[in-house]
Amino acid sequence: MMPSQTAVHVHGLRKAYGRTVAVDDVSFDVQSAEIFGLIGPNGAGKTTTMECVEGLRAADGGTISVLGLDPAREGSLLQQRIGVQLQEAQLQKRITVGEAVGFWASLHRHPVDGHRLLEQLGLGDKRNAWFMTLSGGQKQRLFIALALINDPELVFLDELTTGLDPQARLAIWGLIRGIRERGKTVFLTTHLMEEAERLCDRVAIIDHGRLVDVGSPSALVSRHCPERTVVVTAADPGAADRFRTLPRVTAVVGDGPQLSIRGLGDDFVTDVVRCLAAHQIHVTDFRTVSPTLEDVFLKLTGHGIRN
Amino acid sequence: MLRGLWRLTWLEIKIFVREPLGLVTTVGVPVLTFLVVGRAVAGQMQRAGSRLPAAVSVDLPVLGAVLIALSGVLSLVAIIAIYREGGILKRLRATPLRPQTILIAHVLVKLAITATTLGLMILAGRRVYPVGPAVPLASFAAAVLFSTVVILSLGFLIASVVPTARFAQPAGAVVLYPMLGLSGLFLPLDALPPLLHGLARLLPLTYVVSLLRGIWRGDGWPAHGGDVAVLVVMCVLCTAASARVFRWE
Ligand SMILES: Nc1ncnc2c1ncn2[C@@H]1O[C@H](COP(=O)(O)OP(=O)(O)OP(=O)(O)O)[C@@H](O)[C@H]1O
Ligand SMILES: [Mg+2]
Repeated sequence: MMPSQTAVHVHGLRKAYGRTVAVDDVSFDVQSAEIFGLIGPNGAGKTTTMECVEGLRAADGGTISVLGLDPAREGSLLQQRIGVQLQEAQLQKRITVGEAVGFWASLHRHPVDGHRLLEQLGLGDKRNAWFMTLSGGQKQRLFIALALINDPELVFLDELTTGLDPQARLAIWGLIRGIRERGKTVFLTTHLMEEAERLCDRVAIIDHGRLVDVGSPSALVSRHCPERTVVVTAADPGAADRFRTLPRVTAVVGDGPQLSIRGLGDDFVTDVVRCLAAHQIHVTDFRTVSPTLEDVFLKLTGHGIRN
Repeated sequence: MLRGLWRLTWLEIKIFVREPLGLVTTVGVPVLTFLVVGRAVAGQMQRAGSRLPAAVSVDLPVLGAVLIALSGVLSLVAIIAIYREGGILKRLRATPLRPQTILIAHVLVKLAITATTLGLMILAGRRVYPVGPAVPLASFAAAVLFSTVVILSLGFLIASVVPTARFAQPAGAVVLYPMLGLSGLFLPLDALPPLLHGLARLLPLTYVVSLLRGIWRGDGWPAHGGDVAVLVVMCVLCTAASARVFRWE
């Protein structure tokens, strides 16, 4: 048995499709009551990893434990306790939204109120609509409703906000945070770095089927992109050289009056401010730019487009 | 054990009925064909004032029943392929439903549709087609449903291996309809060359036709124990084989 605060334990996961190795020796843990994000370029192996954990795919190697169960052998038992939203799925063309939610609810012992869930997801007036008549974002919201119908202990969301408008995205972020607040666990994938940064407690970056790093968004940023940038607009022609003498500054670039000053460490910005004051450098603009998870992502997985 | 089976079956029936084309082709066409042919036969018989030859009075209903069963099976092959391609099977599998429940629901849907079509045909046929009082209709219906289950198991095997949904229905037709030619309905089995005769003995429809003919004529089930046994074995083999090769996506 594993400790109860671990919701998902994956060790040495391996999965190949013919000669394509989709997941190669991946290990990570998802803690209870956290929002855990898996990010990586197209084809990195996110969906494959998630589907192995959900018990929908048989892994070629490694061990997986989900809520203390083996997803490969105890699938039905596990499905009672988890919620699943798949990246690419459809329902029967002519099933109505209400029927889908009602049927899914009937499969679980303690479903939540389907009416309320649909209202929360903005599908209240689509109850009698056939699945085939829904827009892409409405389908996506229906799938999220189906994933949450049993108030799962652990919910898997593969690209949860793909195709959603900003309002729906914000509403769903709220819903997801609510899930965590009630002590439940969320395991999601996303291509939106802003989403990962704002929503996830911890993020794993995966590329070419291998795990590159795991940590909180801020820890990943300070680990991989520690440099910060101060951008100032100063007419003083000697300013650039003054900044270069500061110990924490790594580079000063810029043409004309606008300068980008890059440096390391928490005191770097203070240093720049002090330098401005000490030398009475007159600035007309001053802003700091902090690296984001997107910078980390591009740094770790490269800029090339994936096939 | 099969939690959710009835609900899923009922849901799938409702969904099936909502598709007008599916309903027309699987239920409407066989019934109408039977009515038209039956009317013609009845008219001929009245003119001739004679009894129908066995080839018509027995084989026509048997052919009708086999066609109903086959159209149900083809529609199963198509629907499984479409559900697989659309990820619907996968979506249903990510629920507490057991995998076999999802598939059994489709078998039940097809059986319900076959039973409905058969019932309509019998009701409609009564008016235009002289069913002798000796024909055990309930027994015949049971034999048709039993045969449908056997052919459905073959349908699952076909559905397991067809690569795409577009290909499913033609592939099913190419496998299933030629069997009809060797089933003994059109040519007596004994008239076949030895090679084809041997082949015919390997095909389920041959035994289905033998069983249905016998039941229609009023033979009891025990007289066709051999047919039933062979069909049960074939059904078990096909089910076991498709359980091994079935693809959910
Ligand atoms: N059913 C399959 N058959 C063969 N290869 C597959 C299959 N599913 C995925 N792959 C391959 O496995 C690799 C990983 O795919 P996966 O879907 O896990 O990536 P992903 O990280 O989810 O990508 P995306 O961001 O595009 O959703 C890819 O190279 C893909 O081509
Ligand atoms: Mg994916």
